[in-house]
Parts: sequence; C-alpha cells; structure tokens
Amino acid sequence: MKKGRYGQFGGQYISETLMNELIHLEEQYEFYKNDKAFNDELQTLLNEYAGRPSLLYYAEKMTKDLGGAKIYLKREDLNHTGSHKINNVLGQCLLAKKMGKTRVIAETGAGQHGVATATAAALLGMECEVFMGKEDTDRQALNVYRMELLGAKVHPVTSGTMTLKDAVNETMREWTNRISDTHYVLGSVMGPHPFPMIVRDYQSVISKEAREQILEKEGKLPAAVVACVGGGSNAMGMFYNFIEDKDVALIGCEAAGKGVDTELHAATIAKGSLGIFHGMKSYFCQDDQGQIAPVYSISAGLDYPGIGPEHAYLHDTGRATYVPVTDDEAVDAFEYLAREEGIICAIESAHAVAHVRKIAGSMSPEDSIIICLSGRGDKDVAAIARYKGVQISE
Amino acid sequence: MSKIGKAFENGKAFIPFLTAGDPCADKTVEFILELERAGADLIEIGIPFSDPTAEGVVIQDANIRALKKGITTDGVFEIVRKVREKTQIPIVFLTYINPVFHYGYEAFFAKCQELGVDGIISPDVPFEEKEEITGAANAHGVDVISLIAPTSDARIQRIAKEAAGYIYVVSSMGVTGVRTKITTDVGKIVEAIRQVTDVPCAIGFGISTPEQAKAMADKSDGAIVGSAIVKIIEKYGNDAAEHIYEYVKAMKDAIME
Repeated sequence: MKKGRYGQFGGQYISETLMNELIHLEEQYEFYKNDKAFNDELQTLLNEYAGRPSLLYYAEKMTKDLGGAKIYLKREDLNHTGSHKINNVLGQCLLAKKMGKTRVIAETGAGQHGVATATAAALLGMECEVFMGKEDTDRQALNVYRMELLGAKVHPVTSGTMTLKDAVNETMREWTNRISDTHYVLGSVMGPHPFPMIVRDYQSVISKEAREQILEKEGKLPAAVVACVGGGSNAMGMFYNFIEDKDVALIGCEAAGKGVDTELHAATIAKGSLGIFHGMKSYFCQDDQGQIAPVYSISAGLDYPGIGPEHAYLHDTGRATYVPVTDDEAVDAFEYLAREEGIICAIESAHAVAHVRKIAGSMSPEDSIIICLSGRGDKDVAAIARYKGVQISE
Repeated sequence: MSKIGKAFENGKAFIPFLTAGDPCADKTVEFILELERAGADLIEIGIPFSDPTAEGVVIQDANIRALKKGITTDGVFEIVRKVREKTQIPIVFLTYINPVFHYGYEAFFAKCQELGVDGIISPDVPFEEKEEITGAANAHGVDVISLIAPTSDARIQRIAKEAAGYIYVVSSMGVTGVRTKITTDVGKIVEAIRQVTDVPCAIGFGISTPEQAKAMADKSDGAIVGSAIVKIIEKYGNDAAEHIYEYVKAMKDAIME
C-alpha cells in the first residue's frame, strides 16, 4: 500500500502551502515515536494527568436486562476532560512542543476536542485558538466558556453550515496563514496524511488497554467491540488492536439523525459516496454535483459529512461493519444507561449503546461485547432536556 | 500543446479570475468577454464548491451565491461554450477536485477538450497527488497548472521541472483575498523556477492595486487577480460589466508600463 493510503483511501489532498509542513510533521512524528524520553513523558501525562488506564467496567445490570452477551464499557468518559479526545491531544501537543511550536489551533464540534486541546495547551504552556461552528457554540455554550476558562480563544465560525466541517475549513485556513509557530491539532482520524495515522496511533491506547483487560477478566477476546463514528477517532482507537483478531466483530455506529431515509442524517457509510475532501479520499455525504451535503445529528460530535480513510477501508474490505443509529434511539439509550447503570454518557457514545441494545440479546452469554464509552454526558444534559421538551432554568 | 502560451506572447500577462454563475451564468459570459475587451490575456474561471478551503471570505461568498443560483458543472461548461462562440482567449478552470472527481475525470477532461478549456488549477491537488488527474488531463490536451507557495522551498524546482502551461506562484501565506502588503520574496522563488524551466510564472494572491500588479508582473511573467474582481461583481451584481472593464484596463495598463 502507498504511504498514507488505506487501499484507495487517504492521501494528501491539501494546498501546496501546507505540504512541507505535513512532510515535516510526519518526519518528526516518526522520530519521536521511537524516542524513549518522549514516550516516557507522554505515558506519564496519560497516567498521572489524564487518568489512564481507563476502566473496563462490567455492566452487570445492563447485561441482565438485555439477556445475552456480557456488556463491558470502556470508560473513556472517566478521562480528564471527560472524553477520549485527551489521548490524541496530549500526544499531538507534546509533539508540537518538541517541534518548537508555541501555538496550537483546533476545530471542535461538540467542544470535547476543543476543551481537551485547551487543557493540554494550558498544561504545556502553549497558546490555543479553537474554531467552532456558530451553531455548535450555541448548542454547547458551556464548553465555549470552559475553553475560555482554560485560556483559549474561541472563534465562532459563521461560514457554510456553521458546524464541524466549517470549523475544519476555518482551522485549515488559519493554519495556511500561520505555520511557523503553529500546529494544527486535528481531532479525528481524518484529514491529509499523516493525521489519520497519528490520531489513530495516539487513540489506539484504548484498544491496547481494552484487549489486555478483557483477556484478564474473561480469559478470551470479545465477540464484538462497538463505538460511535463521526470522523471516527474513538472507533479507530477501539478497533485498532483488534483488527488482526478476525473473530472480533468491529462495529461502528453512525448518526442517522431523523433517519437515513430523510435528508437529516450524518450517515456517511450508509448514504455517502466516494469523494475527495478535507485532504483525503474517503466516503462523504455529498450531492450529485460533488458538493458536500449539509448533515444533521442531535450529536454535534457526529455531525460531520465524512469518515476517516481507514474506516472507509475497513468498510470496503468487510473487516468492520457500520450501522446507522437515529436520534431517537440514541436519546433512549442515553436515558437507559443513566437509569440502568448510573452513567450519563455523551450523546455520541449513546449511539453505540443503542446498537448494543439491539444485538446483545441474541448473542450467547458466553460472549462479551465492549462498548467504547467515548465521553461523559454532562455537556448534553441541557440539549436532551430540550429534546424531551423539559423546561430547565439555571 | 494548449493555447496558454499565447497569453504570455505579448509582454506581461494579466490574468483575471471570476466565479462561474455569480451573479448568474449569462452574466459570467458577459463579464468574461468584458475582461478580454479590457486587456485580459487568459481567464481563470472558478467552478463553485461548497467548501473552498483555500479561499478567503470574498471568493467563499461568491461560491455560495453561485451555488444558491443553482450552477452545476455542466452549467459551467455551458458558460464556456457560449464564450467560445465569441473568442478563443485561453481559459483555465480553477476547481477543487471533488466536483471533478464526481463528474468523472475522463468525462470532465473530454468536455474540456471539446470546448477548448486549456488548463486546470486544483488547489487541493498538490504535486504528490497530481497523478490523480494528469493522465486524463494530458490525454485531452489540458494542462495541469502547478502552484508554488512561499513555503515550497526545496519543492520549488521539483514542481517546476514537471510544470505545464504556467506556474501559479502564490505570493502570500494564507487564503485568497486582498492584501495591503505582499512580504514574500517572490523574486527569489521565480529565480529558482527559472533555473529549471521556461514555463511562464504568474503571481497571484493578494493583488488588488495597479502598483501591486506592476510590482508582481515585473518579477515574473504576469499577475493573477481574483478577489478584487469578485468584489466588484459582489458590489455591482448584474451591472458590474463596465466597472470590471475600468478596473481591468487600469491593471493591464499598469503591468504593460
């Protein structure tokens, strides 16, 4: 396979202005990947600051209720900043610092990646600017203030659909404008090479831990691992160390919004087609002219019209399966997990929980399923209340 | 061999850009003819895209206006067909790769050949990925125009050696848009290019005044101006023709001094 390619997917479809920086980034990444001091420093940050390893929790009540496979939750929601995003951000920010960068920029959808980046920047003494769609700054106002508390500057993006894809556009534009002291901390396994590889590697700690933990608890590998997919970073992290374990089903849950038969969804694999955008060849939601389509999901973090190139490859080769999950199903699962296990998870992660509710009952009690609980749901409580028509005033 | 060479035969070339379908397809045809009448040597026509990540606000907005008016890739070809009834001025498409990919490379470049489109600039197809389109483009006599940026350094000569048509030298960091000052040492970039190729170099990004155009053309073979023209179209809409003419005439006169 060509460098930076996953089958036909991936590549570096990006402006000439950024090319030398991407080449430099790859060289530096490859160097520090094998540098013991760097890895020790990163591991210390992950363990002492972010709280790794994250728990693999046996959801006993949920298992009983569904009456089939044993359900385990990989608790990325318990990480510092409340999601898996910190894994990648600590890696990239530390790398950026070693590269001599003094400023980081990032896009954010729900705000989780922005908060994580602002956090790492504060910790490592770097300047931070976050680009966030205007629609998302409205629906995730608390996260905007959180980033500001952490010393970051938040730019509401008013171009296009004012959501995640536009935030990515604007962050790319800003990076093109100022490269020498600035690193773009891309938040998902997307964009031009080497980003899909770097983000995957930093997120693969999820499956590295989960694989060891499940072997210890169950004495065998799980029948399936399940994660939600927008760009696909927590899913890639959850899948990666199980790819070679052919008997482990890899299942990604896409946001089907109001349903894949409506126009209001973000189900790239179910409804998208091959294209080239945001630096990569992959699947995208687009119209018959190759214009990127507006997408929709209740979850700002899954509200993205593309999917990382390695996911596109796993889909094409049949190694992973991608299923759509609607807003309604996700909200149900959000409430279900809260009541059943006392865990309020992110609405993104609730998409994965929802799918497991559909499949666990028909599986053997001898088998286990791991759900990547990618984030905690505090940020979503107000939005879920609105969705349910509940009036809340603070 | 495309007609692009002709644009550089009579001294410094003035290369204007406009977005197809803004404010509507018929006006784009009229404006292109007006650009030629005012002294343009080659026309860059932008095929609108929903997410033009290398553009500043002015051209982003033009893309959105054109898409809202319902412009399609075939609609852009129709504009070229109408222009070609009147003139053989060299024409180059500026387009993000996805609409071309979606149209199908073979079908797209065959259509370019049929209508006499001479080249394509794709800001999201760098040197490493250009094989994506060079096969189909070259088979149909369409030049793939290379971009060279202020950050290209050691890449300059590698890109220049394989360049065709002309080389688009990006004057500044960042996205397209009017700038009060251009700080990159573009002269040095052009010198490096000249060591390895005779393909003409035109400088773009940030140029809006006759003084800037002259300064840039003096250092190269021509000046490319986009946002300033798109701004005039944004301001005057259907009545932009005479304003475009006045502006471009002043720019062309300046670079020929």
